[in-house]
Amino acid sequence: MRQIHDIHGGIHPPERKALSRPGELEPAPIPPVLVLPLRQHLGVPALPIVNVGDRVLGGQTIAEAQGVMSVPVHAPTSGTVTAIEARPIAHASGLQDQCIVIETDGQDEWLSFTGITEWRALDAAALVEHVRAAGIAGMGGAGFPTAVKLNPEPTRPIETLLVNGTECEPYITADDTLMQCQADELIEGAQILAYIVSAESILIGIEDNKPDAIASVEAAIARSGAVIELATFPTKYPSGGEKQIIEILTGQQVPSGGIPADIGLVCVNPGTAVAAKRAILDGVPLTHRIVTLTGEALASPQNVTACLGTPITALLTHAGLNAAPQQRIIHGGPMMGFAVSDLNAPITKITNCLLAPTPTELPLPEPAKPCIRCGHCAEACPASLLPQQLYWYARAKDQEQLAEHRLFDCIECGACAYVCPSQIPLVQYYRAAKGQIRDSEHEKRRSDNSRERFEARQVRLETEAAEREAKRAARKAAAQSKAAEDGADPIQAAIERAKARKAEQASEPEQTP
Amino acid sequence: MSLLKVTSPHASGQSRVSAVMRDVLLATLPGVVVLTAYFGPGTLVNIVFGGLIAVGCEYAIVALRGRDPKVAVGDLSVLVTSTLLCIALPPYAPWWLIAIGVLTSVLLGKQVFGGLGYNPFNPAMVGYVVLLISFPVQMSAWASPRGLAEVPGLMDTFRHLFAPTTIDAVTAATPLDLLRQNTGLLFDDLLTSSPELTGWGGIGWFEANLAFLLGGAWLLYRRVFTWHAPIAMLAALALCALMGYDGGSSQSGGSALFHLFSGATMFAAFFIITDPVSSAVSNKGRLIFGALIGVLIYLIRTLGNYPDAVAFAVLILNFCAPFIDHYTQPKVYGTGSRES
Repeated sequence: MRQIHDIHGGIHPPERKALSRPGELEPAPIPPVLVLPLRQHLGVPALPIVNVGDRVLGGQTIAEAQGVMSVPVHAPTSGTVTAIEARPIAHASGLQDQCIVIETDGQDEWLSFTGITEWRALDAAALVEHVRAAGIAGMGGAGFPTAVKLNPEPTRPIETLLVNGTECEPYITADDTLMQCQADELIEGAQILAYIVSAESILIGIEDNKPDAIASVEAAIARSGAVIELATFPTKYPSGGEKQIIEILTGQQVPSGGIPADIGLVCVNPGTAVAAKRAILDGVPLTHRIVTLTGEALASPQNVTACLGTPITALLTHAGLNAAPQQRIIHGGPMMGFAVSDLNAPITKITNCLLAPTPTELPLPEPAKPCIRCGHCAEACPASLLPQQLYWYARAKDQEQLAEHRLFDCIECGACAYVCPSQIPLVQYYRAAKGQIRDSEHEKRRSDNSRERFEARQVRLETEAAEREAKRAARKAAAQSKAAEDGADPIQAAIERAKARKAEQASEPEQTP
Repeated sequence: MSLLKVTSPHASGQSRVSAVMRDVLLATLPGVVVLTAYFGPGTLVNIVFGGLIAVGCEYAIVALRGRDPKVAVGDLSVLVTSTLLCIALPPYAPWWLIAIGVLTSVLLGKQVFGGLGYNPFNPAMVGYVVLLISFPVQMSAWASPRGLAEVPGLMDTFRHLFAPTTIDAVTAATPLDLLRQNTGLLFDDLLTSSPELTGWGGIGWFEANLAFLLGGAWLLYRRVFTWHAPIAMLAALALCALMGYDGGSSQSGGSALFHLFSGATMFAAFFIITDPVSSAVSNKGRLIFGALIGVLIYLIRTLGNYPDAVAFAVLILNFCAPFIDHYTQPKVYGTGSRES
């Protein structure tokens, strides 16, 4: 039995998970138009390889990866490319980004795929290429390109592949549903990923508020006959943070600024494992994902398998949105999700939940009151930060103290703001402060660069001047030594020449009238 | 339908500043009841009169500062300040003493710095110290407990507020005063020689301390503050008293029990030093903050010139809080082994 460690802080918000009936999964209807952002992951956007007017089939690559920190995009169904242009995307900034727009034809014709049953015959690098080609990015929320994660810097061997089935955010049941409905695929995917990173063991962690998922994964492990450890631990937010689940299950902490691989771990979301299984065993790229549609403003909250690129409005309509005049639609969960600013924005590889709460269900924040330094935030902080101090320094824009108080170790989980009696939007202050620090670092780099350029130019000018001086001195010395050889004074000689010229001019007749 | 843009987290807990302040006010009830039972309605009248002045003053000054005065008064913090100050003031204090104290607390202790959350010092203690230094006679005139003197009625007390001559006869020295003035008696003899010193901390004083302990325990249970500062202060005070007791000679500083249950000890531990705004922020910092206050209380009580020492000790440590904070940052995740 694995020893379960406690993390510092954490909170117990109402879970509201039963609302979306975890464990039941239906496909969402294919919408008439799909909008596929070229960047659904962390890193460089993919490069379109189709043209407007092209007919595409399900599973066809429509944009390919550009460089290492990038993943391709595939068509989730058959249809015609009608535009490649900037469209609203689901991002906290509310900005637009380049998307491929496909008008679906309802045929749902697919390319045929062949999987690799004997994947153990391939080496890790070949399998990683398949994972990359299938367009897989971390499906837990950050969208980190999975192929990059599977190629950790070889600082030390990977001991354990950790599948993070915590799903600690309230409301969201996408991973819960996946673990119940696709447990066998999850186990196969985990084995493939463990093989790729040469992990000795596989560990699956699930919070104890998901008994059905635990039972189903347990059964799937038994069916597979593989040696896989399943660990359950008490429910607490934010146990599902990568750093948090690692501390809970291993007692070790990921070093500040480091990655799990630094302590011999690779941590993946269950959805990512299933996507890897499908990429390798079935040869199918990532084109769909499970999305929790929930909140009391929906008539039928549920989990659906939806085409990537489905507009948010289509899914909400499917679930029977009964919108208030002022409606909040949250992409993600109530703790870390962001409010969507355009319902035409599509879902992407990182969309695990769309939450449509009523105003009574999740009341809008009251106006912030002054901080009374009660310290409840520090008690709740899973990173053991002092949020009340960070708040003061963020307001004062005191970057030195923010660094001293380790602002960048904040995971933005929102536990501090949740417990704050003054209702201060603390996380927003930290995000803004991080942005300002990044900006000023950028500024500093720029000014350092121009200073270096200036200094280099000064040095160059000085050397050039010195070289010129040296050349002149050398010429002078050469002339002098030559004159000395000739035995005449060069100045005297010059005066003689000038005199001779003058005399010559005086003897000539006037040439001008 | 228009879409609302709000930043995460979208869920929030139940805790509110006004609820915290309300809890603190409620927690003073047992202590106030005991003080009223033993010393008459003087404290009660202090609190009501002081509260009226405080609310009026806060309302006016916040309005002058161009903020919403209803929000400022609505958070109840000004009532907490005035109530704590008025509990600390002698019962049957003249109206002007209360008024000066409350105005000093609210204006000089709190609003000049920007109101709630910005005050470097405990506002109630700022008011108290100003009064103690300016009006030592009035400030050391505590009431005699019931049983040793006639306790005035409610109407008499209100009349006394504006006509202080009526019930001057009831004032007496506090147990801590008696201890300080003692030169010749062994500690045990001192206890038996003065009727006021019956019990562990003096008549009424022991019970009042017990009542404030009860209120404080309730606040701890309600998680209004953590145990670190109060327990550290009580432990440090008890330890100092044990070391200075020397078996109870006339030069001794009094027993540990006496120090824990006399004067403003429990009131200070659970209602004064737990003011989060002016104390250290981390748990480790609060341990140091509380312990140093305990040590200072003992030193000032036994070596100083004032009857009680809480206000000075608290203000001095308020000065030190940022310094303590600097050296007591908790170990952040991923930066090395964390103390459990």
